[in-house]
Amino acid sequence: MTGPSDRVPAGIDVSRPSAARVYDYFLGGAHNFAVDRMLAEQIAAMTPNIGETMRSNRVFLRRAVRFLADQGIRQFLDIGSGIPTAGNVHEIALDAAPDSTVVYVDIDPVAVEHSRAILAGVDRTGVICADVRDPVRVIAEAEELLDLTRPVAVLLAGVLHFVPDADRPAAAVSALRAAVAPGSYLLVSHATADGQPPEVIEAQRLSARTATEISLRSRNEIAAYFDGFELVDPGLVFIPQWRPDPQDPVDDHPERVGAYAGVGRKD
Amino acid sequence: MGRQPDYAGLARFATHWRERVANGGFVPMDPAAFDALLHRLTGRLAEALAAAEVDGRAAGEVGAALVDAHLTEPAVLAATISVIGTHLAPARPERVVQIQAAVAAGYARAIRVTTMAEQEELGKAVLSAHAAAERALRSSEARLRALFDGAAVGIGISTMDGRIVQVNQAFADLLGYTPEEMCQLLVPGLTHPEDPPDMWAMYAEMIHGDRDHVRLEKAYFRKDGGVVWTDMSASLIRDESGKPEFTIAMVHDITDRRRLKQRLEHQATHDPLTGLANRNMIAGQLDRIFNSGDPAARVGLCYLDLDGFKRVNDTLGHQVGDELLAAVARRLRECVAGPRQVAGRMSGDEFVLLVEDPAGPQELTALAERTLAALAVPYQLGQHRMRVSASIGVVESDVRSTSPTELMKAADLTLYVAKSEGRGRFVMYDAERNARQAARYALAAAMPDALDRHEFTVVYQPLVSLADQQLCGVEALVRWQHPRLGELTPDSFIPLAEETGIILPLGRWVLEQACAQAAEWAQLFPERRVFMSVNMTVSQAHEPTLPAEVDGILARTGLDPTLLVLELTESAIMDTNGPPLRALSGLADRGIRIAIDDFGTGYSNLAYLRRLPVHTLKLAGPFVDGLRDLDGGDSVDERIVETIVRLAHAIGISVTAEAVETAPQADRLRLLGCDTGQGWLFSRPLPADDVTKLLQDASTPVLSGGQ
Repeated sequence: MTGPSDRVPAGIDVSRPSAARVYDYFLGGAHNFAVDRMLAEQIAAMTPNIGETMRSNRVFLRRAVRFLADQGIRQFLDIGSGIPTAGNVHEIALDAAPDSTVVYVDIDPVAVEHSRAILAGVDRTGVICADVRDPVRVIAEAEELLDLTRPVAVLLAGVLHFVPDADRPAAAVSALRAAVAPGSYLLVSHATADGQPPEVIEAQRLSARTATEISLRSRNEIAAYFDGFELVDPGLVFIPQWRPDPQDPVDDHPERVGAYAGVGRKD
Repeated sequence: MGRQPDYAGLARFATHWRERVANGGFVPMDPAAFDALLHRLTGRLAEALAAAEVDGRAAGEVGAALVDAHLTEPAVLAATISVIGTHLAPARPERVVQIQAAVAAGYARAIRVTTMAEQEELGKAVLSAHAAAERALRSSEARLRALFDGAAVGIGISTMDGRIVQVNQAFADLLGYTPEEMCQLLVPGLTHPEDPPDMWAMYAEMIHGDRDHVRLEKAYFRKDGGVVWTDMSASLIRDESGKPEFTIAMVHDITDRRRLKQRLEHQATHDPLTGLANRNMIAGQLDRIFNSGDPAARVGLCYLDLDGFKRVNDTLGHQVGDELLAAVARRLRECVAGPRQVAGRMSGDEFVLLVEDPAGPQELTALAERTLAALAVPYQLGQHRMRVSASIGVVESDVRSTSPTELMKAADLTLYVAKSEGRGRFVMYDAERNARQAARYALAAAMPDALDRHEFTVVYQPLVSLADQQLCGVEALVRWQHPRLGELTPDSFIPLAEETGIILPLGRWVLEQACAQAAEWAQLFPERRVFMSVNMTVSQAHEPTLPAEVDGILARTGLDPTLLVLELTESAIMDTNGPPLRALSGLADRGIRIAIDDFGTGYSNLAYLRRLPVHTLKLAGPFVDGLRDLDGGDSVDERIVETIVRLAHAIGISVTAEAVETAPQADRLRLLGCDTGQGWLFSRPLPADDVTKLLQDASTPVLSGGQ
């Protein structure tokens, strides 16, 4: 039965920019189309720091995964993983501990297909197409790849700011917390307006042109996602301040990246 | 050539290089790994520089290695070229330039390849994702199609301009078309006369996008002309922008359910035997008529009862009785004309013809006449052929001045009048007569209580021996001291009592009172031998327990039976055959005397005088009246009286004259041989005490002339 015009899922409609592709561009990748690059340039024009923010996030992710591996975590659930550019979680985790298992989750079918293609020959990895707002589905599918009776690191890097309040992100995080064993970790990095000039707000409005729009949250709001988790040092800080590499000095204005990061442990 | 590498120098170079690059863009590896990479590349550069000819290829590989390490920011290249220029080998500028060029070229080549590769990967991923989505869609489409095709419910899809574009098999089967045929039809063509009036308005609203949903019961014509009833639910499907795009209708066959519901409704409102409206429905119609709110509304009712139906049931059985009722009902149905007239069966053999908004009483009388005529035609029920008549009470009124209950009561009363006036007729309601009837009913209804409350009394009218003017007996007469109507004489209530049966206890009571009184007088004045004359009605005479009751009363009161006279009218006596006759004979055997009251006014069959144990004739008033003239002489009445007296005496019966009012009458009667007289000339009816006084004054002739 032919119904009304088919609705194309997010990401597949290549006439609209996608968050994953825009992010890839900022990271220096070529996995993007003209519309993505155009939007990226517009955002960059508004907030020149945006590229730095994204890169900073990526670098933090590398530091954090390293840290988690050092704590003995061997299972990683990277939600909102986007397009697998360089410095991916699985590269870092498997490098630190070859018996790690990494599962990527993304809502964008193109990003998921891309990830599957890249990971085709890589053991101990998997890709799930799911929405962070549907934690039940995420957990159900992750269960097939991970052993949820053993600790898992749930990575929500740069993804919760794509979930508006109306979609109840706190409930989703709660559900994820409930599903993982004690000793598991939660990682969150999240855009904020704290310490940001007005053009950041403008960028938020612009971001609505992608499939997802960004919600800037305050430190308190972001800290609330860690209910039920014990934040590890240094707690919830601006991204560059989170356990910086000794060789990567933190500059004087870490707030310029406009995002917080934190890692917490479930007791 | 062959020189030791300048490790310190190389290290310094690598450090500079790192610093410059780190500031320029995204470094996707940890510092240690990055350091290691740059050290290695630095080594390569040194080799390239130190070779006899500048090793362009090696230098190019360095550029490529940067791209492979995802150090793709242009700033990285710029920093690299810059650092090479300033820090690699300042002493050999032309070599450095070659290195720079080779590095740049290597970088550019690599970046082009990487970019194209990544774009190709992206393209493949997009296609792959598309394909997956397509598969999912097709699978979901396949499921939808299976659902659509296989549904038991009929589903149809039409466009905004009413074209039916798709229907499933269930819908097509329901209407008897093929799906292809149905897709030739237009939605507006699917009307049915019984569509709810607002249905098409709602459809129009839906087409305009003002309504999203319609649900109602709708009938469709099948291709073969038959009709199916459905529970139809239609929804509007909009496109992404909210514009109406399709309507989808789901239909569910409820024909059977509807039929059942209608049958049940019919059963609830119709009499199962005759198919006429039942009591409920008539009541409902009356309510409707009376609540219509129309000030000028009128209503008419024929209340109909079959004469002698009970006899048919009793003699020919209930089955024939039922067949008769059904036949009557059929004729009644034919008599009612038009939608304003309804025939109903109330109960048993009672029917009603209800007329809404009659033109006037004449419409009702015409209906009643038509009905009587129709019912008068003989009935052939199996091998039984019979005639049955009906009595009809007819009422016609404006709605405002009455109520359903009043109307039914009036019709019922009028029916009763029709019956009592002889049956086989209709009678029109008469308010005055109705009032009289109502009064009679009220009176009849009050009698049992009145008896309990001792509202009845007995008075006694002296009977006088015409020869010596002496009181020889009294007639007991009952009076009713009605609380509202005052003192009532027997005419106004004895016939009613007879009809309702209260005559029996009343009569018993009167007899008991009278006998007790007579016994008292017998005790006080034994030599006077005053007899007590008590009236008896037909019912009383037919009562099987009469002899036993009389015996009981005589025993209780101690009255000598020879002092008791029972008066019966001619018609009462006429009706006696068998048991009643034996009862009276039995009583006569005990010494009780029987008198015929009002002799000459009824059917005077002289033959019966031989059979019946009659002792006295009481001449009716009219005969006595004829002897009033002072002229006397040869009046016919005189002759008749004379003859009756002679006849009576001939067979040993005495004669009493009633209603004697004048002395001359008394004289004449005495001359004609009449034995006893009664009337106002001698005395009005008196209370017992007054009679006692009369008896005490033994010598006083009873010639008080109306005391």
